Amino acid sequence: MTQKPGAPSASLASPAAARSAPAANPLFEYVVRLGDDRLVLGHRLAEWCGHGPILEEDIALANIALDLTGQAAALLALAGEIEGAGRDEDALAYFRDETQFRNALITELPKGDFGFTIVRQFFFDAYSYLLWEALAGAKHAKLAALAAKSLKEDTYHLRHSGEWVRKLGDGTAESHARAQAAVDALWRFTAELFESDAVDLAVAKDGIAVDHGALAERWRAIVEPVLREATLTVPAAPGAAATGGRRGRHTEHLGHLLAEMQIVARSHPGAAW
Amino acid sequence: MSDSQWPLWEVFTQGDHGEPFEHAGSVHAADAEQAMQNARDVYARRGEAINLWVVPSTAIVASAPSDAGPFFDPGNDKAYRHPQFYKVPKGVKVF
Repeated sequence: MTQKPGAPSASLASPAAARSAPAANPLFEYVVRLGDDRLVLGHRLAEWCGHGPILEEDIALANIALDLTGQAAALLALAGEIEGAGRDEDALAYFRDETQFRNALITELPKGDFGFTIVRQFFFDAYSYLLWEALAGAKHAKLAALAAKSLKEDTYHLRHSGEWVRKLGDGTAESHARAQAAVDALWRFTAELFESDAVDLAVAKDGIAVDHGALAERWRAIVEPVLREATLTVPAAPGAAATGGRRGRHTEHLGHLLAEMQIVARSHPGAAW
Repeated sequence: MSDSQWPLWEVFTQGDHGEPFEHAGSVHAADAEQAMQNARDVYARRGEAINLWVVPSTAIVASAPSDAGPFFDPGNDKAYRHPQFYKVPKGVKVF
C-alpha cells in the first residue's frame, strides 16, 4: 500500500487501530512493527521445542527462536523509550491486545508441518536479512546498532533455512510435495513485507529510509534461485495479497497465540523469577 | 539393529586463538554443511568456540581396547623417557 505524504494513514483511520497505542508517533509505530514480527515468529518457532524432527534441529529452531525473541525484546524496549509513556518491553509484549499488534500476517500463521515452518522461515529470513542490512545505515544510533547486531544473527538464520529448503525441495517426493505446498500457500503473504505506508514515509524523513521496492527485488534475487535449486516452482502470480497486520487486522490465529504467550504475565502481573 | 539416522560426525571446537581443537561431541547430519550447522547449534551456540571442525566419524581411526596393553603400559615405568633430566638454561622462560 502506497500513500502520498501527508495523507492520513490507514492505521489512524481504521477503527481497530484507533484503539491502539499512539499511532501518532510514527517512529514508535515503526519500531513496534519490527519488534512484533520477531516476537510473534519467535513464539511460533518456540512451539517446535521438544518436537523437532531430530535433536539437532530441535536445538537449532529453539536457538533461532531465542535470537528472534531477543531482537524483539530490544526493539520493544526501544519502542517504549521512544514512546516515553513508561511502557517497557514486557508491557508492550504482554499487555497489548490483538488489534494493537503490528506484525505481518506471515509471522502469525500456525507452524504447520516442518516444511511450512522452514519455507516461512526462509521467506522471513531473507527479508529480515535485507532489512537489517538497510537499517544498519539508519540515522538513528540505537536502531542502527540493533540492526548491525541482528544482521549477524539473521545471516546465520538465512543460511540455515536456505539449506533446509534445498534439502526438502530436492529431497523425497514427500518432502518436495510438502515444501511446494508451503511455497504456494505462503507466497501471497510475502507482499505485505514490502508494503510502504504513511509510517514508512514519516520515518524516512528521520533518516530511517528503506526502499521497499528495491528490497522486494533483492528478496526475489535471494529466494527464487534457492527455490529453483530446490526444484521447487516459483509461483507465477503473486495471488491476492494477504495484508493488514501492520494496521492491526490479523488472522484468527494471532489471538490464540497471544492468549498462550500472555497468560502468565497477565495472571501474575509484575511477577519476577 | 541398524542405525536409521543420518551419518555421524565428530565435532571439535577451538575455544580461543592458539588453543588446540578439542573433541566436543558428535552430531548427525546428511552432509558437511549440515554437520557444520548442527555442530554450531549444538556445541557453539553459547559462545563456546571461535572455530569448528567436523569430521565424518568413519574417518576416525581409533585404538582398540586390546591395544591398550602394548600401546600404553610401557610408558608408565620409564621415567627416563620424560625430558625432565635436563637443566633449563637461564634466560629461557618457564611457562
